[in-house]
Amino acid sequence: MQKAGGQLVMLVAINGLLLVLGAAISGGSFLSLFNLQSMASQLPEIGLLAIGVMLAMCAGNGGIDLSGIALANLSGVLSAVIVSAFISSGESETAFSLAFIFGALAIGFLGGVINGLLISKLNITPILCTLGTQMAFMGLAIVVSGGKAVMVGSPALLSSIGNDMFLAVPISFLLFVIVAGLIAAVLKFTPYGLWLMLMGTNPKAAVYAGFPKTGVLVATYAISGLLSGLAGIIIAARNVNVKFDYGSSYLLIAILIAVMAGVKPEGGYGRVVCVVLSAVALQLMSSLLNFGGLSNFVRDFAWGLLLLTFLAVGRYDLTGFLFPGIRQTVSSVPVPHAPKQDN
Amino acid sequence: MSTSRIDGLSENTSRSFSFGDLVRRRPETITFMLLVAICVIVAIVNPAFLQPSTLIDIGRASVVMGLFALGVFIILAAGGIDVSFTAIAAFTMYSLTVLVLNNFPGMPMAVIMLIAVAGGALLGVINGLLVHHLKVPSLIVTIGTQYLFRGFLLSFIGTVWIMSLPPQMGAFGRMPLFQFESANGALVTLPVYFLILPLAALVTWWILNRTLMGRAIFAVGGDANIASRLGYNLRTVHVFLFGYAGALAGLAGIIHVCANRQANPFDLVGTEINVIAAVVLGGARITGGTGTVLGTILGVLLIVVINSVLVMVGIPSTWQRLVVGSFILLAAAFFVTRQRKK
Repeated sequence: MQKAGGQLVMLVAINGLLLVLGAAISGGSFLSLFNLQSMASQLPEIGLLAIGVMLAMCAGNGGIDLSGIALANLSGVLSAVIVSAFISSGESETAFSLAFIFGALAIGFLGGVINGLLISKLNITPILCTLGTQMAFMGLAIVVSGGKAVMVGSPALLSSIGNDMFLAVPISFLLFVIVAGLIAAVLKFTPYGLWLMLMGTNPKAAVYAGFPKTGVLVATYAISGLLSGLAGIIIAARNVNVKFDYGSSYLLIAILIAVMAGVKPEGGYGRVVCVVLSAVALQLMSSLLNFGGLSNFVRDFAWGLLLLTFLAVGRYDLTGFLFPGIRQTVSSVPVPHAPKQDN
Repeated sequence: MSTSRIDGLSENTSRSFSFGDLVRRRPETITFMLLVAICVIVAIVNPAFLQPSTLIDIGRASVVMGLFALGVFIILAAGGIDVSFTAIAAFTMYSLTVLVLNNFPGMPMAVIMLIAVAGGALLGVINGLLVHHLKVPSLIVTIGTQYLFRGFLLSFIGTVWIMSLPPQMGAFGRMPLFQFESANGALVTLPVYFLILPLAALVTWWILNRTLMGRAIFAVGGDANIASRLGYNLRTVHVFLFGYAGALAGLAGIIHVCANRQANPFDLVGTEINVIAAVVLGGARITGGTGTVLGTILGVLLIVVINSVLVMVGIPSTWQRLVVGSFILLAAAFFVTRQRKK
């Protein structure tokens, strides 16, 4: 846990730096309450998906969840289609909202369990499995919606999740922080968390040690699916409509966030706090680029470059090279400081 | 009645032993049987499927995807995965078209194709070097380079749809290998560029089965550590793999432009999952070390046929993704259980 401290400090530092930089560039308006709120309400969708990717990566053995955003969209679309067949969103707003939320979570959970069962029971490689389920989930969303956007509307409860504030903090952001905290606690204080990390470190040893491998894998992907379902709810709440191809670049960004947070792609290490902070950093950078008036394409280019840079930082221990003092404490964990120098 | 049923059963089991053996050694038999089954069903439901024009359409549609698939297959055989090839193709095809249009309008087609291959190979080599030196799963690296290449293309080279190609490229896209008039009087053409796919397949087969590099690729796919202890230079293998896949992607990109008679920088990216699906359906294991060129081509045909016949048998095209996705999962599960029974 020593090395994690260094990682955490770096992420906090980079967030602080970005805020200062933003304030300097925009002459203070970057730090206005409105801008902070709008950034905070954009964050949860992608943050939740990134935590899902992190969990799958931690499980090791090439674990990765590529189906996240597809499952999120499927949860939103399918739940909206099913629920609006029975309840109209205009008449009984609360009933519609509750049914929609429950439906989306259930679908997300189910999708995650399917992923987990395919990977653990049938031994399909996670990349291939989630690639297949990604296509299947997206395909199912297209089939049930006919390829069109599905209207969710803005019933009271749902729209308050997407748009309202609690003590000037967007509710969706609070929800995200609470969920992240819950998962962090589960990873830290339950046997499941320990099993997950140890299994990621050495799957073979974990099996010989008698860990419930199937259970851990299914639970991991089920949680990831549940998070996708939640992301689907927030997407629906913020956008009024749900569509099968929403957020096509989220797949890369979720992986980028996880890698930036120091989650090891080969498994066994990852911290939720770092994922949250790295999601915040990415959101700040994205808003900064927006303030700079750059196109989305430049942003794609920057994300690609950033991902590769962070991989290089993690590989060559550039931080240790630049700051010899903390070399031991951050060994082999990508620490997001060097890009400033590299760019 | 009952005896004949028992006879049938015992015959079935005895056959399934040898059949299981065959499938284990050559998983592409399943792909082939699936392909034949689908074709037969479609032909029964809608006899229009057997018209030469449909078959030629399928052949034409499989060229670009087939070239991509050969590149993906060779990387998959070495235990890696690549999702950046579509970005490489889009990058080379669009920048090359812009270059020819603005600076070298008279450049002969052969030179254009050579440059496309070289450009694609160059981008591929970047991939290979990154994958080798960063030592992270190639999926993550190539997701990064996909965004890098595509972002660069769209932000610095252009986003304008080019409708009027340089004449030599348009002419190449139209050049017929043979032509005939179909029953309803329409002219059906099999273009010359179709030949590139079998040619590329042959070259790939030759590399994999007749050269030391081919052995190195399968060895690395089996176990990279052991391969490097045996004296294979992993760096050379990685650079070659991704360079070769990039070259095929560059070629596919330029053919895509010539065939469609327009250069759209937003094209191609997004089709990579279909291609990977094709390769996996062709029997290549995603963990590497197995697979055949023939299987890959069969997988491509399977995906192209599924894509083009769903409408013919009255299934709405919205089902396409769901069907292909389920096929991937089924094929993966099937191959895995087969391998475990060994």
